[in-house]
Amino acid sequence: MSDNGILRVVARFLIPLIMLFGLYIQFHGEYSPGGGFQAGVVFAAGWILFALIYGLDNALKVISQRAMYILAAAGVLLYAFVGLLGVAMGGRFLDFYPLLPSPHAAQQLGIITVEFGVGVTVATVVMLIYTMFARRKSEWEAVLREDSDP
Amino acid sequence: MNIIDLMPFSVLLPLIAAGVVAILPGRTLPWTVTFLAALGSAVIAAFTLPAATEVTLSYPFGNWPPPIGIEYRVDAANAFVALLIASMASLSLLWGKTSVNQEVLGRQGPFYALFLLALSGLLGITLTGDTFNVFVFLEISSLATYALVAYGRDRRALLAAFRYLIMGTVGATFLLIGIAFLYTMTGTLNMADLAERLPEVRDTRAVRAALAFIIVGLGLKLAMLPLHLWLPNAYAYAPNFITVFLAGTATKVALYVMLRFIFTVFAPDYSFVVLPLATVLMVLAVAGMFAGSWVAMFQVHIKRMLAYSSVAQVGYMVLGVSLVSLSGLTAAFLHLFNHALIKTALFMAIGSVIYRIGSAKIDNFRGLGRQMPWTMTAFALAGLSIIGVPTTAGFISKWYLILAALESGAWWLVALIVMTSMMAVVYIWRIVEAAWMTERPADLPAVKEAPLGLLIPTWIMVALNFYFGLDTRLTVGAASAAAEVMLGPGFSGVSP
Repeated sequence: MSDNGILRVVARFLIPLIMLFGLYIQFHGEYSPGGGFQAGVVFAAGWILFALIYGLDNALKVISQRAMYILAAAGVLLYAFVGLLGVAMGGRFLDFYPLLPSPHAAQQLGIITVEFGVGVTVATVVMLIYTMFARRKSEWEAVLREDSDP
Repeated sequence: MNIIDLMPFSVLLPLIAAGVVAILPGRTLPWTVTFLAALGSAVIAAFTLPAATEVTLSYPFGNWPPPIGIEYRVDAANAFVALLIASMASLSLLWGKTSVNQEVLGRQGPFYALFLLALSGLLGITLTGDTFNVFVFLEISSLATYALVAYGRDRRALLAAFRYLIMGTVGATFLLIGIAFLYTMTGTLNMADLAERLPEVRDTRAVRAALAFIIVGLGLKLAMLPLHLWLPNAYAYAPNFITVFLAGTATKVALYVMLRFIFTVFAPDYSFVVLPLATVLMVLAVAGMFAGSWVAMFQVHIKRMLAYSSVAQVGYMVLGVSLVSLSGLTAAFLHLFNHALIKTALFMAIGSVIYRIGSAKIDNFRGLGRQMPWTMTAFALAGLSIIGVPTTAGFISKWYLILAALESGAWWLVALIVMTSMMAVVYIWRIVEAAWMTERPADLPAVKEAPLGLLIPTWIMVALNFYFGLDTRLTVGAASAAAEVMLGPGFSGVSP
């Protein structure tokens, strides 16, 4: 779809804004409605718009499928690591108070790191789901092409 | 570290391991980590059970005290179910290695990661004391299960998974609507807190609707008769390892949550009075016992046959619940445990045959008794257990169910239980007959005995069936403790 001028111009203008808004939801999540899940979806939506306009191959140059798998797992592990840190420092699972002396800062640190893990996992999994479906289409087109000119 | 701090790790261990396993390369490494996680979870659950039988354990997540924070609340009932789930998962994994290698090509990390998510979801549902957490874990386990069912090699697995997804989502939505009604009326999601606050608002339409929504939603997950349509195909076309795992765990957890809602969140003197629940459950249970066994008698696809038999067995468990007595509930918990043993053993034996002959059609089983004697003997012995022959686990649960029925004065239920057991004889006998009483047709290829990697776990399960048929101290003790804690102290029947 990159031959359509209007789409290209609008997308070039919108994609950074969408991603910025995703990051805003991510890092303002402990004060206002939002958090890792919503942020991840919004962020991935920016990438999907890019993939729609410039094609999946270009989008996969930005982040490869392998990297998505690894980041998806890394996000979960970051969440688990912060959760376990609370246990290791003598609290409960996901207990942030032992992390820092000031309770306010400790909660803030804990929530931001945990939500960052959630955001990374959600964003990459949404991208992964999109890639799986989009891949299937390009594979299908390859089959059709082979079929039409033997 | 004391047991309270350790207890939530039976859920967290598989959950964390899922993240690791997803990116592990190859085939052996993911399985090894998965097995260690499931085993660790089972060991923790085994330590939790005796502690939880003495005193109810409570673990506040993030140190937020309940009812504000999420709480894991473990007593004799859910510790018993959690131990069953985690140990069935470990035993299935022992069997699954060989079978998954044949069915899942390429990298197996994502497959086992999904399995671990399903396992931690099921354990989370069991251990949590928070109703919304139940819904979240239900979704975790269900979504992972849909994907696992779709891994089946038969293309119909995709359709089966999609149908399961639609019906499972409807069920989960009903549960969520019910929970939302409860939250609107009471402002709390914690089960113990709900139990305290509900009596004030019990005579409102919203609470009555909540009870109905929750029972229908969980009835779908439980595959109670008119809501069972997703189960036969999902079991029949899923990879054999997944069928083995689901048969022993998924419906059991759904039954447990249903009991938790009926007896703990809504007290029995509410749920059985405001709705004609005892009658409804009894009619559906008996209908399930008959319809499930009847359809099973005519199936040519053996995994489907066992799946319909599961619908019938769910009927026995629900029948125990519908008697609303201590002995009835004990029988339900007992059958919940024993049926997991029986069905896992049966599906393992059938899975071993499918591993060799690549088909689950009864025609292809002809003459197998001589070619795969160990596998088919294991199947026949596990079949004795599902029929309920004395010295097997199946006998123990039917015996307690019959005692409970007699105690309630429902002697006619005894006749129905015996009749459906006779139907079980028919559907098990069809396979025994095909395997031993007919010659292997010349046009079917000769097959070898199943590999030891499949045979040994199958025989362990068969041995467990006989062990728990002879030594009932653990099962009956734990089941009656679970029933007592569900009914609460001083329960003396319900008078509508």
